[in-house]
Amino acid sequence: MNITVCVKRVPDTETRIRIAPGGTDIERDGVKYVLSPYDEFALEAALQLVEGAGAGEVTLLSYGPEAAKESLRAGLALGAHRAVLLKGDPGMDGWATARVLAGELDGGGADLVLFGVKAVDDDQQQVGPMVAELLGRPCATSVAAVDVDRGVATCRRAVEGGREVVEIDLPAVATVTKGRYEPRYASLRGIMMAKRKPLDEKEAPAAEAGLVVERLDQPPPRPEGRIVGEGPDAVAELVRLLREEAKVL
Amino acid sequence: MAGVLAVAEVRDGALRSVSREVVSAARGIADALGGAVEAAACGGPGVGGAAGPLAAQGADRVVGIEAAGWEPGRVDVSAAALAAHVRSRAHAAVVFAATGPGRDVAPRVAAKLDRPLLTDVTDVEVDGGDILVTRPVFAGKALARVRAKGTPVLLSIRPNVFAVTESPRDAVTEVVSADPAEGTGGYRVKGFEASEGAALDVSEAEIVVSGGRGMKDPSNWHILADLREALGETAALGASRAVVDAGWRPHAEQVGQTGKTVTPRLYFAMAISGAIQHLAGMRTSGVIVAVNRDADAPIFGVADYGIVGDVFEIAPRLAEAIRELQDD
Repeated sequence: MNITVCVKRVPDTETRIRIAPGGTDIERDGVKYVLSPYDEFALEAALQLVEGAGAGEVTLLSYGPEAAKESLRAGLALGAHRAVLLKGDPGMDGWATARVLAGELDGGGADLVLFGVKAVDDDQQQVGPMVAELLGRPCATSVAAVDVDRGVATCRRAVEGGREVVEIDLPAVATVTKGRYEPRYASLRGIMMAKRKPLDEKEAPAAEAGLVVERLDQPPPRPEGRIVGEGPDAVAELVRLLREEAKVL
Repeated sequence: MAGVLAVAEVRDGALRSVSREVVSAARGIADALGGAVEAAACGGPGVGGAAGPLAAQGADRVVGIEAAGWEPGRVDVSAAALAAHVRSRAHAAVVFAATGPGRDVAPRVAAKLDRPLLTDVTDVEVDGGDILVTRPVFAGKALARVRAKGTPVLLSIRPNVFAVTESPRDAVTEVVSADPAEGTGGYRVKGFEASEGAALDVSEAEIVVSGGRGMKDPSNWHILADLREALGETAALGASRAVVDAGWRPHAEQVGQTGKTVTPRLYFAMAISGAIQHLAGMRTSGVIVAVNRDADAPIFGVADYGIVGDVFEIAPRLAEAIRELQDD
């Protein structure tokens, strides 16, 4: 079984976001980048499926800057077999990104294409199902666990109140969320081997964006709060304030 | 005149309340653009009737799209039927709810229509015929103002942000039959495995009671569950990343950048220190209450009201005081 995992390089979630001069991008200096956390779950799912099948390869695919090679090497160190970088600048328009990725995936022969359920930068949560539409394949989203048997992927989707069990016929697309998968750590051997694994680079085709980010702002500061008191004796005053001042009880 | 389509959600024959927010937002856009609002729900027989009450929020027309092959969970069928409907009516904008089902169906509809999609929008304005939205990025660490080029403009709105407005219309309910064969199939819903806990999703709850590492042990969660129960059925439990990573609580409850971003009217942060990625996910809540032993915890920096002290003493007292209020 061959699986392609689409991954994105994003600022670490501990990053304090500041707006760059010009007001349409964030300050990139000093930002630490990581594989988007949900993409790590997708990669872990792919590695487990291929290991379980005993045959096949995991390919990483990313659309991003030259520096995304670092994230791809990190994924290769975890056990992916090869990687492809489409060099370019993906913006907020997930539909433009989906067209770029689908162009590379089309005819590529992956039985399953996995995505993280969302990238934790733009939070658009859309590229996976859009790619599935372009490829004409069924797609299950927010998948917490996936099992493959005889050409069918059984997906347990994280939905309100539990797990919806969905079967999709391969070749298919799925977006993965936290559930069964605990991302592994890279071994020293894995890190050494990653340096020799194939990493193809090519320029991404142009894709016109239909969305224009006109401005980025810091969120407005919250009004000054107050400490109502210490210990359980402060509860009565808190409840009074919630009822009479904030009017939320 | 091109109208605005509000995509309503009906589950188990009942209209989901977030759909009133969707129609209210659509009404606002339509008034600014000069057009009518159509509310449509896709589903089985009778789905239009369930959506009928949306006339109160200003739907000029309510449409039940009864699609062949539809059954609960068949997002592929819903997406194909909705896309075909948008094509036939040439709407200027299509508004979804950024709920679980909304986030699942909207990108598929957008792709079928060859249009971009704006997810999780918190504000909409119309500027010279263009639609401009505000949407949080980096889980709310920044707000992006985005202009959409071309029509239709597809967007999903974050639950609990747009006010429900009363703007009653004498809407008639139409039934539209759809047979969306193209682009569907290979997708079968086989069952449902219910998990413990409330069915209300933390991102749609009006009140959230979240617990952090300071709860010390998962067996102590009954204290927060009791507080949640005292607050009523519009309240849900939430959790910090630390306790989800530790396996104490399910990921579905996680609030923050690698979990859900929430906007309840009241948020209780119980024994949560306030890591930056957690604050990002809850800072747009209406009123924030923090209880923490550490007076210097970052959570007090975003809290409207704080109590410094032991959550194990304070939470039960709080539940009791809230129950007394209701008894009055």
